Amino acid sequence: MEKSEYLKLFHEMVVIRRLEERAAELYQQGKIGGFLHLYIGQEAVCTGLISARQPVDRVITAYRDHGVAISCGLSAREVMAELLGKATGCSRGKGGSMHMADVSKNFWGGHAIVGAHLPIAVGLALADAYKSQPAVTICMFGDGATNIGYFHEALNLSKVWNLPVLWVCENNQYGMGTAVERASAVSEIRQKACGYRMPNDSVNGMDIIEVRETALRVLEEIRNGSGPQLLEINTYRFRGHSMGDPERYRKPEEVRKWEENDPIGIYQRYLIEHKIATEQELDEETSRAEAEIQDAVEFAEASPEPGAEELFAHIYSEA
Amino acid sequence: MTTMTMREAISQALWEEMERDPDVFILGEEVGVWGGTYAVTKGFYDHFGADRVRDTPIAEAVIVGAAIGAAMAGLRPVAELMTINFAFSAMDHIVNEAAKMHYMFAGQMILPLVIRTVGGGGRQLAATHSQTPDAVFAHFPGLKVVAPGTPADAKGLLKASIRSNDPIFFIEHATLYQTRGEVPEGDYTIPIGKSIIQRQGKDVTIVTYSKMLEVSQKAADQLAKEGIEAEIIDLRTLRPLDMEPVIASFKKTNRAVIVEEGWLSYGVGAEISARIYEEAFDYVDAPIKRVAQKEVPLPYNRTLEQMALPQVADVINAVKEVL
Repeated sequence: MEKSEYLKLFHEMVVIRRLEERAAELYQQGKIGGFLHLYIGQEAVCTGLISARQPVDRVITAYRDHGVAISCGLSAREVMAELLGKATGCSRGKGGSMHMADVSKNFWGGHAIVGAHLPIAVGLALADAYKSQPAVTICMFGDGATNIGYFHEALNLSKVWNLPVLWVCENNQYGMGTAVERASAVSEIRQKACGYRMPNDSVNGMDIIEVRETALRVLEEIRNGSGPQLLEINTYRFRGHSMGDPERYRKPEEVRKWEENDPIGIYQRYLIEHKIATEQELDEETSRAEAEIQDAVEFAEASPEPGAEELFAHIYSEA
Repeated sequence: MTTMTMREAISQALWEEMERDPDVFILGEEVGVWGGTYAVTKGFYDHFGADRVRDTPIAEAVIVGAAIGAAMAGLRPVAELMTINFAFSAMDHIVNEAAKMHYMFAGQMILPLVIRTVGGGGRQLAATHSQTPDAVFAHFPGLKVVAPGTPADAKGLLKASIRSNDPIFFIEHATLYQTRGEVPEGDYTIPIGKSIIQRQGKDVTIVTYSKMLEVSQKAADQLAKEGIEAEIIDLRTLRPLDMEPVIASFKKTNRAVIVEEGWLSYGVGAEISARIYEEAFDYVDAPIKRVAQKEVPLPYNRTLEQMALPQVADVINAVKEVL
């Protein structure tokens, strides 16, 4: 990677972190409604993973989708505007936090029913196989999604049809408030892929370099016809499941322990130790990211509400 | 015009659309090697090949989910659910994904998707395999629900559905596959969302669709012998619902009977009668009557099953009550 690419990834992680922090503030001020699931702590996952994709590769994810949207190339402005329900949001204020997408950037959405987008990923990959496109569908989901039937139907059929899918389990240790080992018969999620004769791997999701390098290798294998694979990325969300989560299911010490492995801090040390960037350069990158988020907030707040004509628009694509 | 069965008409529609557009493909249980459990896709696998006639595991969620994904990515899948009763296993994908996607992402996701399925009772398959829950599916904005009653309509509506860019839930009736009817020659489509007058009359309006069109026509034949002229409106599409011919007919006859195979409560009849009262109250000469399935899980025993299903005599009696 060029230095600028390393810095771009750092910038992206900080943008996501700051975006989520500001979103939490705006939520507390009542400017964001509904549910708000923050990505704080998991930034290395989407940033490392999606940096490894080719433009033809499709990305589809669950409801914790703000970071994924940024990594797919959506602007902080349109993400923030969507959170505020504005007409300038990526879904024109009709999807909200859990339903962001930009098809032009091959980001096929945040999907809010746990596991339901896995069968859809099978179809996206099927379309590429049908048209002999050299594309991989990257389908991200949480550990909780591996206990619902859709996961098993989707993995099975993707293997039966040998489709180009990278199944990515973001194992953040909890499905809402239920720890993996309390909900899943196997707590090492990657083992579930063995039942479908699917190659699988696991990586430390707090280390962006490890995530990226593994993703590069696996995506290339799939592109070259390996069939579907599963990648378990171990990570942790530093905040609650959503805003207002009392977090009775975990101890503050556990959160603090994971926070010592902050993915941004790990990457920062990596860049400095490997003399790729100086502390000053990273500080400047952080300032730029903060300015970008400040601009996004101002843009979103100044943006218009969707007009009443939006209410009945898009129910169908045809009359 | 050629005379053919409903099965042949549906099969022809699929065949012609697959010949016309290489992006059209079929997926579902036993659609390929077997040739379709109702023999609708017989011969397709050998002609179009395994890529375009895709046998799936018995896993309805991924059948519909994969069809949604393929449609989002630009193909034109026709997913077959062996019966409408199994659609409940894919309900999440039908109502939470297919019906919502275009709206929720402000028009970014286009879903040229058809879900073909088979509903209806009358074949002694008992409670889990005999349901007519059409109204359930018609409840959701974002889906289009089509349920033809004649071979000609089935062919034209299925071709229109395959060419549509919206998700279509296409309900066939298990006991109509052998029904014969005249079908126009050559390529034609019938617009989705248009009700039609299937029989002219001046004394009473019968509103119906699918299998109950046949039952209503038999009732109208018998009523005609007694000098009662029933006008029959076939809805053909349950959502979007075209009330225009219904209201026009009602303003002429001032009396209506709605005949559906599903259960009475919260059903198609409830919707149609409410709309008539709302839109043509001043024309009402008698309380509207609904003929529907008795509110029981359909039993296996033939006599009991037929007691529960709407019969020709039920329609005749209802007409006489409103006259």
